[in-house]
Amino acid sequence: MSLTRRTLLASSAAALAAPALAQTQGKIVVIGGGFGGASAARFLHRMGLDVTLIEPNAQYISCPFSNSVIAGLRDLSQQTFTYAALERQGIRLVRQMASQINTSVRRVTLADGVMISYDRLVLAPGIDLNFEALPGYDEAASNLMPHAWKAGAQTMLLRQQLEAMDDGGTVIISAPANPFRCPPGPYERASLIAWYLKNNKPRSKLLILDSKDAFSKQSLFTAAWKEIYGDRVEWIGLSGGGKVTEVKAKEKIFVTEFGEHKADVGNVIPPQRAGKIAISAGIADQTGWCPIDPVTFEAKLAPHIHVIGDACVGGGMPKSAFSANAQAKACAQAVAALLRGDNPVEPKLVNTCYSLVKPDYGISVAGVYAPAKGLLADVQGAGGVSAANAPASVRAAEAQYAEGWYKTITQEVFG
Amino acid sequence: MKERKTFRFATTTGGALTALLFCLCGSSLAAPQDVSQSPPGASACLSCHGAGETELPSLKALSALDIETAMDAFRTGARDATLMNRIAKGFTPEESRAIAQWLTTQGRAP
Ligand SMILES: Cc1cc2nc3c(=O)[nH]c(=O)nc-3n(C[C@H](O)[C@H](O)[C@H](O)COP(=O)(O)OP(=O)(O)OC[C@H]3O[C@@H](n4cnc5c(N)ncnc54)[C@H](O)[C@@H]3O)c2cc1C
Repeated sequence: MSLTRRTLLASSAAALAAPALAQTQGKIVVIGGGFGGASAARFLHRMGLDVTLIEPNAQYISCPFSNSVIAGLRDLSQQTFTYAALERQGIRLVRQMASQINTSVRRVTLADGVMISYDRLVLAPGIDLNFEALPGYDEAASNLMPHAWKAGAQTMLLRQQLEAMDDGGTVIISAPANPFRCPPGPYERASLIAWYLKNNKPRSKLLILDSKDAFSKQSLFTAAWKEIYGDRVEWIGLSGGGKVTEVKAKEKIFVTEFGEHKADVGNVIPPQRAGKIAISAGIADQTGWCPIDPVTFEAKLAPHIHVIGDACVGGGMPKSAFSANAQAKACAQAVAALLRGDNPVEPKLVNTCYSLVKPDYGISVAGVYAPAKGLLADVQGAGGVSAANAPASVRAAEAQYAEGWYKTITQEVFG
Repeated sequence: MKERKTFRFATTTGGALTALLFCLCGSSLAAPQDVSQSPPGASACLSCHGAGETELPSLKALSALDIETAMDAFRTGARDATLMNRIAKGFTPEESRAIAQWLTTQGRAP
């Protein structure tokens, strides 16, 4: 079929561009060109392997630092990357949505009907916002009350709504139960919106309605809010009645078990699950996420498919860009070993997530992870959050390091 | 932190040559490293300590012994840090040595 011819032509072109160290046979397909998938494609290709990356979008708009865009501190263009460097590297890029995975014959079907076979598939589709989980919150509702949990138009919509709000208004953010993409993200967002309000609409308030009683870097956020934003920021946890059970998008009302809250600007961060393709291919379990082997990232529900990034059950690892990238490297190593017929080495992984409480005030959480009892577990004694009561100079340094991290990782993945 | 600026242009002949080759290819300096032989944990270092100059300390000019010594000091708390003490505690001295060695070979160039 034309598919075969197309594939052959493409692979000979890529073979020329690939390093000469190619010894291992095997065709690798990567689904998703985000922090996880684009990293995996680059590192696998760098090892001399035959890599095809399937990603429908010409541009990738990155979530890390998108809270700064919402607060008017940054431009969306600083969040926007292309795949030009990956193509220059020699990675075969297929600009399509993968619509089906046939796990028994190891074949991906694209939205346009073309089929691509693989020996090993790396699946990194990120998250899907679950528009069925919260009554009243579907895709149409997100045009009135944005989620801004995938960066792009939603990010700008939330920013514009804040800019259009009158001074004295109430901004409400609802945060979901665990697990979800970027555990400290809602609280960084609350902080930076509070910064915007303090400087531009000082009579306004911000309320966080939370479906849980504890959150990432909680003591650091809470102390900083008190110090910087006073009573402008209020957080209501699960036991205080913070769980949102319904939204009325036209009226911007959040319904909780304890009553209703009306917002002038409402940001709903809904429950999430693995990207749709993982669900439809049966690689996710009933939790909505994909269980994996912690050494190889191979899906427990489908052999020869390796899941990395937000879509996988990362054990102790949070769903972050840092994790997705670290997992991509470890996974690339394992896939290369498997294709060679070697035993994959047990990996160790690291995560670091910086959050900004204001532009020159950064805090971090870090962890080191290793396989234990079938999961990626925290290495005891390592990790944790920034020191409480650190001087302003340390907070400023961490804000700078956050910038440095973003430059480095985006260079590594897209540059 | 000060090592970043001090050693900015200190590259070996090999490093300079590699850099030149990359310029000729029109490729950026950040083309990914070959992580196929990286010891456990090592490849994650590169997402903060990469090839380019940023707000974060570069490892480029450090020897394997420098990195190993720093990791040991971060692990024991002898050296202060915003973050590295939390990460170093997750690695044994032997693991840290392997990471340090890899970072100064594979991980250094381009
Ligand atoms: C507000 C906010 C702030 C954040 N801040 C940070 C931070 O500071 N630090 C940090 O480490 N992380 C941060 N994150 C988290 C980070 O964005 C995610 O964890 C990361 O993007 C996960 O990478 P991924 O590759 O798994 O998924 P994604 O980056 O979402 O990439 C998935 C890709 O797959 C593609 N795709 C999906 N389905 C298909 C299909 N069927 N076929 C082909 N392609 C498909 C999509 O188009 C997309 O390009 C933040 C997130 C948010 C929302």
